[in-house]
Amino acid sequence: MSEKYDAIVIGGGHNGLVNGAYLARAGLKTVVLEKRHLVGGAAITEELKPGFKFTTFSYALSLLRPDIIQELELVKHGLMVLPMPNNFTPAENGDYLFLGADSQQNYHEIARHSAKDAEAYKDYWHDIKQVVQAVKPLVDSIPPDITSSEPEELARLASVGAHLGRQNPKVLHLLTRLLTGSAADLLDDYFETDVIKAAFCSSGLIGTKVGPRSQGSGLVLLFHKLGYFDGSIGDWGFHKGGNGGFTQAVARAAQAFGCEIRLNAGVSEVITKNGEAIGVALQNGDELYGDTIISALDPRRTFLQLVEPRDLPTDLVETIEKFKFQGVSSKVNFALDGLPEYPTLPGRTDIFRGFMNIGPTVDYIERAFDDAKYGWYSKRPYIDCAIQSTIDPDMSPPGKHIMSCFVQYTPYKLKGGDWDTERENLGDTVQATLTEFFPNFSDLVLHREVVTPLDIERTVGLSEGNIFAGEFMGPQMYFFRPAPGWNQYRTPIKGYYQCGSGTHPGGCVMGAPGKLAATQIWGI
Amino acid sequence: MVKTTPFYPRLAALSETMLWKHWSGYAAAQNYQFSTLFEYFAIRSGVAVFDTSPLFKYRIQGPDAESFLAGVLARDIRSCPPGQAQYTIWCDSDGYMLEDGVVLRLSDDEFLLTAAEPNLLYFSNLIGRRRVEISDISKEYGILAVQGPHSRTVLAQLTKTAADLPYFHVTQTKVAKKSVILSRTGYTGDLGYELWIKADDALAVWDALMAAGTGYNIMPMGLWALKMARIEAGLLLLDVDFASAKHAWVDGQRETPLELGFDWMFRKLGGEERPFIGRTAIENEIKNKTSRWKTVGLMLDWQHYDQTYENLGLIPPKDTTPIEEAHSLYDAERNYLGYATSLMYSSLLKRHIAIGKVPPHLSTPGSEAYIELMIVHRPQYVRANVVRLPFYDPPHKKR
Repeated sequence: MSEKYDAIVIGGGHNGLVNGAYLARAGLKTVVLEKRHLVGGAAITEELKPGFKFTTFSYALSLLRPDIIQELELVKHGLMVLPMPNNFTPAENGDYLFLGADSQQNYHEIARHSAKDAEAYKDYWHDIKQVVQAVKPLVDSIPPDITSSEPEELARLASVGAHLGRQNPKVLHLLTRLLTGSAADLLDDYFETDVIKAAFCSSGLIGTKVGPRSQGSGLVLLFHKLGYFDGSIGDWGFHKGGNGGFTQAVARAAQAFGCEIRLNAGVSEVITKNGEAIGVALQNGDELYGDTIISALDPRRTFLQLVEPRDLPTDLVETIEKFKFQGVSSKVNFALDGLPEYPTLPGRTDIFRGFMNIGPTVDYIERAFDDAKYGWYSKRPYIDCAIQSTIDPDMSPPGKHIMSCFVQYTPYKLKGGDWDTERENLGDTVQATLTEFFPNFSDLVLHREVVTPLDIERTVGLSEGNIFAGEFMGPQMYFFRPAPGWNQYRTPIKGYYQCGSGTHPGGCVMGAPGKLAATQIWGI
Repeated sequence: MVKTTPFYPRLAALSETMLWKHWSGYAAAQNYQFSTLFEYFAIRSGVAVFDTSPLFKYRIQGPDAESFLAGVLARDIRSCPPGQAQYTIWCDSDGYMLEDGVVLRLSDDEFLLTAAEPNLLYFSNLIGRRRVEISDISKEYGILAVQGPHSRTVLAQLTKTAADLPYFHVTQTKVAKKSVILSRTGYTGDLGYELWIKADDALAVWDALMAAGTGYNIMPMGLWALKMARIEAGLLLLDVDFASAKHAWVDGQRETPLELGFDWMFRKLGGEERPFIGRTAIENEIKNKTSRWKTVGLMLDWQHYDQTYENLGLIPPKDTTPIEEAHSLYDAERNYLGYATSLMYSSLLKRHIAIGKVPPHLSTPGSEAYIELMIVHRPQYVRANVVRLPFYDPPHKKR
């Protein structure tokens, strides 16, 4: 069996879908191939227990590029992003930091801990927003190829330089500090209270093998501020029905533009002929032929598994071999019989309508990281929780709740152990940690799902369970994502492209790699 | 002291913000929570309750009630049988819009009417020799609007009749053992109901409603959330999108039903012999095509909006709070075209939207207009396109 397409996209994660949608919108006969029975990759919602919708992997939205929402007409296809402005960080002594949508109330809440910090909060956000505005054009465009001396690339590089040259030196300096420094150092410059620093440094470690005091955590922090909720920089939302609701909307948009989506269609290899990609072989033995083949998978699978490494330049193979994945994040998702109670805020449910940070001090989070440095998962993990059913009643049966817990640190490679043995022990550790802060927590648990880095790799395919399809670290970003010379969505194989989160700008439910790759392929 | 509605004791306890507006002399919450969007999205994805008690409420009763209303209301009330409700308007004899409201027809000769302004004197003066009684029952009843995709599920727990009450139908039933009037109406453009509750029964019904809705995150919504929803639904608001002709000084302030987009009410006018106030003027306006405006949806060009702000070194604001003051509209050469009201960023649609008044020849969908925005103390002109109203019309609204 053989069919001819203009474009074949391997992988129906959100970037594959976005890429397929843009190519179909440009008039290309496009098919997206997904190995599982549902699209979405790591952005899915699954009903693991009747009435309870689990956001198995990713669980919130912010970085999704606003232009993609418009250009793919996602609202028409069901995009609905619910607000989650609240942020609750329990402290160790029963105190807490509870921030919400009202900046004046936030002032007073922070001032409860420190009046200086309350004032600095506004300065901090103003400064961060300036940096975000400065880098936004670089995030949303194809980066220059610094290995090229072609005039077009030199001009592209010059325009990046000119853009940075136009920025306020103070902003450039802060940008450099963020890109190279630690989240904790940066926060020390603004704040004096531990619970505030702890609450804010968490964006500096999500998904990455760094602690708040590691150089490089500043970059991760900045990356997580690159998004919006209704134009408000750094704010997050929650898609109706979970992130699976979001990828279903993208799939509908893609199909409306004429893109075909095939489920249960895992690709075993890219078929090449005379150094050119001409099609794909499916795991079921079928072959599909196309002019352009685009891999939405991570760099390891794109370069080392879908094609023969021997067909690639040695330098590239070496770079990809050394590309760091080292996933450290897990998910533990709960079906709950009711809402947890924080002892000093009895009866309060508004504290759950947003993110909840279990990471009361910078030391707590750094110690959680220490465990991972030496090859084990955290004894007292950092947990980013969201009880999405308090925002979207359709996530659980009436009166019951669903809780998504993002857990760090849980290194992919355990020293002297393995995840198949440790999976439920991790679940117990997370449950015990939550029970420390919410004493009634364990009594509420109706069902628990533990998703380790190994499970992420097995189910979604993300190498070593890295949620960003490759670590966020200086040598793996921008000019170098995923490799110098191959940061513009092309590959050395003619007709073979990449569009996954392992390309610029990177992971999170962002869609930018999928869109920018389509731009490169078809000049859209 | 400002007046309070029968639900106030419960609402006051739920108000985090203590932001109250005076609406017809009553305290009405602008919002309850610090995040107005929680309240707004309860309308679109869960269930929200709005206390609409400050509306003026009239009972119109008697053997001639139908013929009376057929003559004073511009929309034909005879097409609304008992057990149904109708959105309606009334005009002056020059064919200018006075007000709008909703009529509930409880029986052949009993109607309830809501209005934003007092109208007892106005309607009473028009009774003449007809056998009709009009009474002001504003204080007798509180009204709760229960709106959102889960409103039916929640109400059906309290009264089975809610489960299959069709769109714009009305019935009398019991909730928490109290008699209520239940209509499938609202001002949000979503699935929704309104409950007329005797003032003395207000708290009992409120408590039952909240208990039934707990599992669906039921919450009260304030005026801001309601206004956001009504703009998306393309529903006009007196004193924002139009002014009553009654106390206007000049015709420039007045608008006709045709100019406001109510031409659909008059499609069968030719086949009926119903004299009503303003009929001749409306017929002439249709025949002579003398409408000065057409009311349209405006959707701002998102790229042009963002670029306009970014070119000035600013982060483009996406404020979801409706701006009720008018903005001028221009063509590409900066000639004045018309005006826009109810400008807001729709968090649902991810676009700035507004209700526009443009010359009829520029009212076809896709037509272009530039809206004047003051940015850093200077006027800027952002491209917008005409779209059909409503902006948002989910299938579950009528299902």
